Amino acid sequence: MDFVQNFPFISIILSLFSGPLSSVLSGKKAKMVNVAVISIIGVMSAAVLAYVLGSGQEYVYTMGHFPAPWGNEIRVGCLEAFMALFFCVIMLLSMIGGQKEREAEIEKTKQNLYYIMVNLLLSSLLALIYTNDLFTAYVFVEINTISACGLIMIKQNGRTIEAATRYMIMSLLGSGLLLLGICFLYDLTGHLLMSNIQEAVRVLHDTGAYHIPLMVSLGLMSVGLAIKSALYPFHAWLPDAYGYSTLSSAAILSSLVSKGYIFLLIKIFFRVIGFDIVRDSKVINVLFVFGVAGMIMGSVSAIKENNIRRMIAYSSVAQIGYIYMGFGLGTTAGVIASIYHVISHAATKSLLFVAASGITDASAGSTGFFDLTGAGYRNKLAGVAFTVGSLSMVGFPMFSGFISKLLFAQAAVGSTHKMLPTLIALAISTVLNAVYFIKTVIRLYTPLKYVPTENMTHKTDELFTVTMEQQPFKSVALICFILLNLALGLSSEPLIRLIQNGLGMFA
Amino acid sequence: MNLANLLNNYEEAVAMILFGIGFSNLLLQKNLIKKIIGLNIMDTATYLFLALKGYIAGRKAPIVVDGVRSVEAYINPIPSGLVLTGIVVSVSVTALMLSLTIRLYRRYHTLDLDEITTRLKKEGL
Amino acid sequence: MSKKLSEEQYRKTRSFQLKQWLDGTKDPFLDTVEMKPQEEFREDRTVIRERSEEKKRLLEKVYDLEHNAEMRIFQRIYRIFSVIFCVSLVLMLLIAVSNLPTVGAFERPVNNEVAKRYIEDGLDETGAVNIVTGMILDYRAFDTLGESHVLFIATCTVLILLRIDKKNSKDYMEANDRTHEPKNDIILQTVARILVPPIFIFGIYVILCGHLGPGGGFSGGAVIGAGLILYLNAFGFAKTERFFTEKIYKRMSFCALACYALAKSYSFYTGANHIESIIPLGTPGAILSSGLILILNICVGVVVAGTMYTFYAIFRKGGY
Repeated sequence: MDFVQNFPFISIILSLFSGPLSSVLSGKKAKMVNVAVISIIGVMSAAVLAYVLGSGQEYVYTMGHFPAPWGNEIRVGCLEAFMALFFCVIMLLSMIGGQKEREAEIEKTKQNLYYIMVNLLLSSLLALIYTNDLFTAYVFVEINTISACGLIMIKQNGRTIEAATRYMIMSLLGSGLLLLGICFLYDLTGHLLMSNIQEAVRVLHDTGAYHIPLMVSLGLMSVGLAIKSALYPFHAWLPDAYGYSTLSSAAILSSLVSKGYIFLLIKIFFRVIGFDIVRDSKVINVLFVFGVAGMIMGSVSAIKENNIRRMIAYSSVAQIGYIYMGFGLGTTAGVIASIYHVISHAATKSLLFVAASGITDASAGSTGFFDLTGAGYRNKLAGVAFTVGSLSMVGFPMFSGFISKLLFAQAAVGSTHKMLPTLIALAISTVLNAVYFIKTVIRLYTPLKYVPTENMTHKTDELFTVTMEQQPFKSVALICFILLNLALGLSSEPLIRLIQNGLGMFA
Repeated sequence: MNLANLLNNYEEAVAMILFGIGFSNLLLQKNLIKKIIGLNIMDTATYLFLALKGYIAGRKAPIVVDGVRSVEAYINPIPSGLVLTGIVVSVSVTALMLSLTIRLYRRYHTLDLDEITTRLKKEGL
Repeated sequence: MSKKLSEEQYRKTRSFQLKQWLDGTKDPFLDTVEMKPQEEFREDRTVIRERSEEKKRLLEKVYDLEHNAEMRIFQRIYRIFSVIFCVSLVLMLLIAVSNLPTVGAFERPVNNEVAKRYIEDGLDETGAVNIVTGMILDYRAFDTLGESHVLFIATCTVLILLRIDKKNSKDYMEANDRTHEPKNDIILQTVARILVPPIFIFGIYVILCGHLGPGGGFSGGAVIGAGLILYLNAFGFAKTERFFTEKIYKRMSFCALACYALAKSYSFYTGANHIESIIPLGTPGAILSSGLILILNICVGVVVAGTMYTFYAIFRKGGY
């Protein structure tokens, strides 16, 4: 066994250990430990990815002296290693970009508690990516929920605490349903290890025994995870949570937290139950309908918004609708398009949040729409970054959003009944996305003398320009995000092949 | 719907009804403390359901007594271990929800979540 | 204006005509104005003020729940749909339960080879007489590692929300209810003096004998935590602070969780790389047996006891 194969286990234990370590350190040292841990885990995940691509097949790592199903095990393939590496990169850039806001908005004595939350969130994401056991996944889903709640409420004003309460109520509903689904599945198959459950489910499906409890369990698990990742009717907590929390929390929450649950749902579909059984059931039709509804209603709500951060949050609702629509298509091409959209959305949404923060800095801290007039001239880098992010969301060629929309359309043509609603929904939602994103970009680049200034809450001379030297960390983060977006958009072929390979290894 | 089997599995049916009561309380009640009580009922019903999985009639708890090691003497130990993990998760989440309730009450002097949302929207913060 | 040409000569050049055309002031072919020249946008002050007042009035009317009929109808429909959803959920679950294998029967999918090995070989492979403790702390130790961190992170969130750090602020004075403490309440103090030592001893016994009988880290830790809370209520914060402060709690839980992580990573690493573990299993039935399970029980018990006491102290006073 090569030493590289130990790296996934070492990354989970390292991030779990750095949580209690940060509790005894002060704020500054906890920040350095946090950045060090994320960088080390990123490097280790890159090494694992190189190893798995070199050997060409996935491997299984037993946690303890007893083989599965008596002990725990984790399973590492190229898709898992790539997702771990990507999540580390996004988390590192978000933490760097949001540093100034963190120091201003969090109390001095509670700063190390914030870094504990981020470390444990990273550990739960890694465990959800690598695990091969259903009950371990449930325990780490709970760690994910509680640490996301901690990230929202660290800012401690009325808005964030109310948002955190709403988030916890919806999330606990989802957790209850998920646990009940896992209990049903355990009763029917007697195993908790994902590969063993798949064999038992196949036997049950062929003989037709226990058909109703199996479908009920699948429905409970899917609905539970859909509630937790803010699918359309269950998204009420999202705008407040993303719109009012501190900047690095908003960037991490929108890109990473929901995606962990979606990855677990993909695992349940492919590895626990088997995608052909899922396709025969009616569950994915329900997910498809809610996904399409989310795509359109999310964009409609975003058009009405006046606050730029809430507008970006509503746009997240629409993008999660895209991902569920990709599942609902029922083909492997649809799932590949969804996974690519997960990656592209994570990169773009964090970029938009950090750029929006740079823009509001240049507008005396106000997030209202009228106050942002001409901010593109005052903070040039943030304006360019926001334009890049908006064009990627709308689906302009050369950026990553175009590739994901193309993949969705290709997958839709592959499936017969759902082709027409999918293409119509894609077209309508592209137009709606363009309405509110391009409107904001135009407003950013309108010089101040062309608009009435009485609508603005600050006087014109209070607004000042922000240069790159004044905000070194944020500028570095923005440049890295722009390059990442261009790289995803221009050279997407190797990535799509990697996802295809990984999904083949998955089952 | 197999009514005879439902009466045979009456413990599990009771667990499902309790789950439904807890779930609807968590979703529909206006008072935050009653929502937290609903959450606890829902979690307890789930653990009751899970613990019933391991029961085998006429056998003892899985602690080795007198060196008897055969499978026929003990019940299934796996669901008990899973319930242990679940109870700790439930306690942690209840503590978190209660502290959120205390903070909201100190600031707005009401336990009704809808009223707090309406007040925040009127403030236009 | 040009530096090299005069004004009239500049007006005759092509570039000036192009600029005029771009600005829209004069079309060189039709000699008319194509569009109005751009000027600064001005709006009457009273119109703007009226618009903002009307918006405020509209917001008041919309969120006025007593008189807004549409909002009441919407809320009623929402409640009806939610009730229908919950009732249909319960019915669906009951239908599913009626098709499940019978409770208490022996032939169920759950009683398969996994449970068989735990029962038959559990004592030999882990050394624990209590099979459930052997299962959660040796076979499936990764789940228990995650679960201790759930407890830890819940404590951190409670600390974020309720810990008061400025010692001289008004919040601290309000939360500090030491004047309400039962000072020298005879009954409480006498009973506490009798009961608290046996409670601690019982808790320590439950933790240490977790692998020999029913018990373990979680239950023993909860018992010790309850004993600490009883002591605090009887004797007040002044006496408890002599042996349990926040610094002690932080260091204690850090050491316990670090010890757990180190012990388990040694076990996982040796297991995955097929190296023999050097920890002896001892004779079953003795206290010092079953390898790492005793140490893990103590770590978990320490964390749980500290957490229970911390929850109580933070909820009551906002600090220690």
